[in-house]
This record gives sequence, structure tokens and C-alpha cells, in this order.
Amino acid sequence: MLAGMTTNVVFGLLRVAILVAALKAANGEIADYTVAAANTYVWIGQGLLGFILLWGTNELAERVRSGDVVVDLYRPWNLQGALLAEDVGRGGYAFLTRLAPPMVFGMLLFPFQFPATAVQWPLFLVSALIALVISFGFRFLIDISSFWLIDNRGLYGFWNVSSGLLCGLTVPISFFPEWAREVLWLTPFPAVLQAPIDVFLGHGDPVKLLLLQAFWAVVILAIGHLTLQRAVRKVVVQGG
Amino acid sequence: MADLIYPKLIGARLRSQLSYRASFAMDFVTQVLAQGYELIVILILFTQINALGGFTKNEVLLMYAFAGAAFGVADLFAGQLDNLPTYIRTGSFDVLLMRPLGTLPQIMCSDIRLRRIGRITGALAVMFYALAQVPIDWSPAKVVLTIVTPMAGAVIYSAVWVVACSVCFWIVEGREFANAVTYGSNAFTSYPINVYSRPLRWLMAFIVPGAFVAYYPSLALLGKQDPLGLPGWVGWTSPLVAALAATVAGFVWRFAIRHYRGTGS
Repeated sequence: MLAGMTTNVVFGLLRVAILVAALKAANGEIADYTVAAANTYVWIGQGLLGFILLWGTNELAERVRSGDVVVDLYRPWNLQGALLAEDVGRGGYAFLTRLAPPMVFGMLLFPFQFPATAVQWPLFLVSALIALVISFGFRFLIDISSFWLIDNRGLYGFWNVSSGLLCGLTVPISFFPEWAREVLWLTPFPAVLQAPIDVFLGHGDPVKLLLLQAFWAVVILAIGHLTLQRAVRKVVVQGG
Repeated sequence: MADLIYPKLIGARLRSQLSYRASFAMDFVTQVLAQGYELIVILILFTQINALGGFTKNEVLLMYAFAGAAFGVADLFAGQLDNLPTYIRTGSFDVLLMRPLGTLPQIMCSDIRLRRIGRITGALAVMFYALAQVPIDWSPAKVVLTIVTPMAGAVIYSAVWVVACSVCFWIVEGREFANAVTYGSNAFTSYPINVYSRPLRWLMAFIVPGAFVAYYPSLALLGKQDPLGLPGWVGWTSPLVAALAATVAGFVWRFAIRHYRGTGS
């Protein structure tokens, strides 16, 4: 855990340095980001990364490949719901071990932009929780794609390298050219990371952001549910 | 005898990867993308600014490309060291020790991931583009410098990889520590090092000699003064730094092996 935190902090420091250097070159402000906002953005991002678990373990996909998934399927539960509950529980632990440490680190050692109103704190928590649900939805879809692909590592790798940029982890989405910004906000990706950060920083209307997130959470869980139903029809148990 | 074994081993690894063509193609594309996303980040930043740390877009791209190519090559040969914790934990490292071959070369040949060439290809493309765009007062010496830089950088990164992963002999779950230095080093060296704070710069540019992968050679090529005040000839010393780093890495590895104790059966 300590090792993970070190890596997290080192990457945070690197990202902060580059964003701050860019802000200096732009006279201290780019889009709606000041130096303090950029620091806050990076440290919340580094924290959320582990909380929402942007890059998963591909464990379920391995179970599909090995056939162990049959055990998961014949239990009297809704597989997606059960795994979601498990992931929310993991999030509770990750909240203390993954989300809080980088945020506190940033607050203590860097210029930090605290929310202007007290209500933004609980709104941020709700937003982070919905982000976790959407992130779970993505990971679940990638996992169960292996019902069709058998070896889903290509898709898994594709998500791992792409999600950082698309979700607004590497660069704030408001730095993108206008057309890219508009296209990205039509996709569910910013709802995974950029939205909770925006809620915390007070960028945009928080209620709108939360509604957008809730919409994507419902959509992606519904897609997951339907996909799993179709996948189960393909499963053939060879006996055992 | 031993000199014939390695080409055979490597050949076998390469053939096994090429036999799953679709999977290989997808991995290859993912690697090109990974390198491409880092490029997009730089391009996005430069839609908002004209210079980063006093360097123009194409100058930063040159550093990014040198770093990317060097890291790609290092990853191809040394990236397998990421599996070291698994070898140690499961005891399969003992098997390597029993064979009459060096442990380090054995691990390096254990899984040459050909898809890494995707990363190298992407970086080389940007390198040619940047070299054509930036003003360079070409001379034969600078041509040599351009060719040597990615190779020296690859040696430096590989040495860093070896030293960082040697930690795993003492801390079995040390892989994430190692990643902070290896992958972190790649992120660090893709940008001009004068944008970083002093402690971070000391750690990642000089203790981990990341500054010699791309930053100083680029300054020498461009004929630019170092904003940090080091003289111009420093940009030509990367091969020496690489040799030194490799030597240190060799000693650290030997030291680590001597202190290795198997986990038992």
C-alpha cells in the first residue's frame, strides 16, 4: 500500500509540475484553471483514480476464460448487482486509503482551492460515488466482453491506455480545443473523473453535472445488464 | 555454446508472439496509441501556450520523441523485470539460478514483447518530424549524436529498471516502487526538466540520470543554453552516463543476487 502511494504521489508531482509550468507560460490562467485549481485538480484526480478504480484487474474476464464464471452464474443473485455491491464496499476502504491521502497531501503542501460553499463537499462525495458506479460499469462491460472475445486483453489494454485522456485525468477537458470538448462531453467518459473534480472546484452547475452522471450510470448499468443476459445464453456448461 | 543459446531463445519468443496475429496486431496498435496519447497531451497544452519552460512545441516534441524511443527499446529488453516479484515469490527464480547462464540475461530474454515496437515506431515518427521542424545547425558530430541519443537513453532506462527492480529482492511487493522510477522516469524525461521543482529534478534528473536521456542531448542538438546553468558539453556525455549507469546496475544486481534467499519449496 505504501508502495502504491509513493507511485501515486510521484506521478502527481510530475503532473502538477507540467500543468503549473504551462499555466506560468499562459500568465497564470488557462480556461477556468488557476495554479491553485490545477493543483487541486491533480491531487483529486490522483485520489479518485484508486477510489473509482479506473484501471481494473480483469479478474472476471479471466473467470470467463477459465470457465469458473459458471459458479458465479448459478448462484441465486444478480451477478452485476453483486459485483457492484462488492465494488462499492471496496470503494469505502479505498476512500480512506486511496482518495484521502493524495488529497490531504495536496491540501497541506500545495496551493489548494477549497470549495467556495460547504454544500460542495457532500455534493463531491455523491459525485465521486456515482463516478465509481460508472467506472464499475465500464470495467464490467470490458470484463464480460470476453464471453465473445475469449481473450479480451486487447480491449482491456485499449481501455487502460485511453481512459486517462478521455476521462480528463491527464489534462483537464477544458484545455481541449472546443470541438473536442463538445464531443467528449457527449460521451460518458468525463462523468468518470472530470465531473467530480468540476463539482469540487465549482466549475459549471453541480446539479447539472450530477444529473449527467446519474444518467450515464443508469445507461451503462442497463447496457451491462442486457449484455450479460445475452452472454448467459451463450454459456454452455460442459459438465464437471 | 552460450552465445548460440540467446539468439535461439529470442527467436523462439518472437515466433510464439507472431503466431497469434490478431492479438499481436491489437497489442501493437494499443502501444502506438499509448505513445500517441502522450503526444496529444503535449499538443493540447500547446494549443493554450506558446512555450513550455522556454521551449517551443517542436523542441518539446523532440525531447518527448527521444524519451519515447529510448523507453520503448528499454521496455523491450528490460520490461520483463516487472515479473521479477512473481519469480521471487513463487520460487521460480531458483530455476534461473541453477542454469549455467546469467540470471539477468535470462530474465531479459524471457519475454521480449515485440508489441513494444509499436511504441518505438510512434516515437521515431515524431522524432523525424521534430528533427525536420526545429532549427539545427547540422554537422557530422550532431548526426552521430542524434543516432546515439536514443541508444544511450535505452541503456540508461534499462539500468534504472534493473536497479529499481533489485528492490524486489528485499521488498517482494516492491513493483510499484519500481514503477514510480521506471514509468515515472519516462513521464519525467518527456518534458524539459527545468519545469520541475528542485527536489524532484535532483531525484529524477541526476540521481536517476533522466536528464541525459533527452533533455541535455536535445539542448546540444539545438545549440541552446541550459536554463539551469550547466555547460554545453554536458549534452554530449549521455553515452558515458549510460556506461556508468550500466556498471552501477551490474553491481547492484550482483549484490542483490548474493543476498537472495529462495522461498523454499
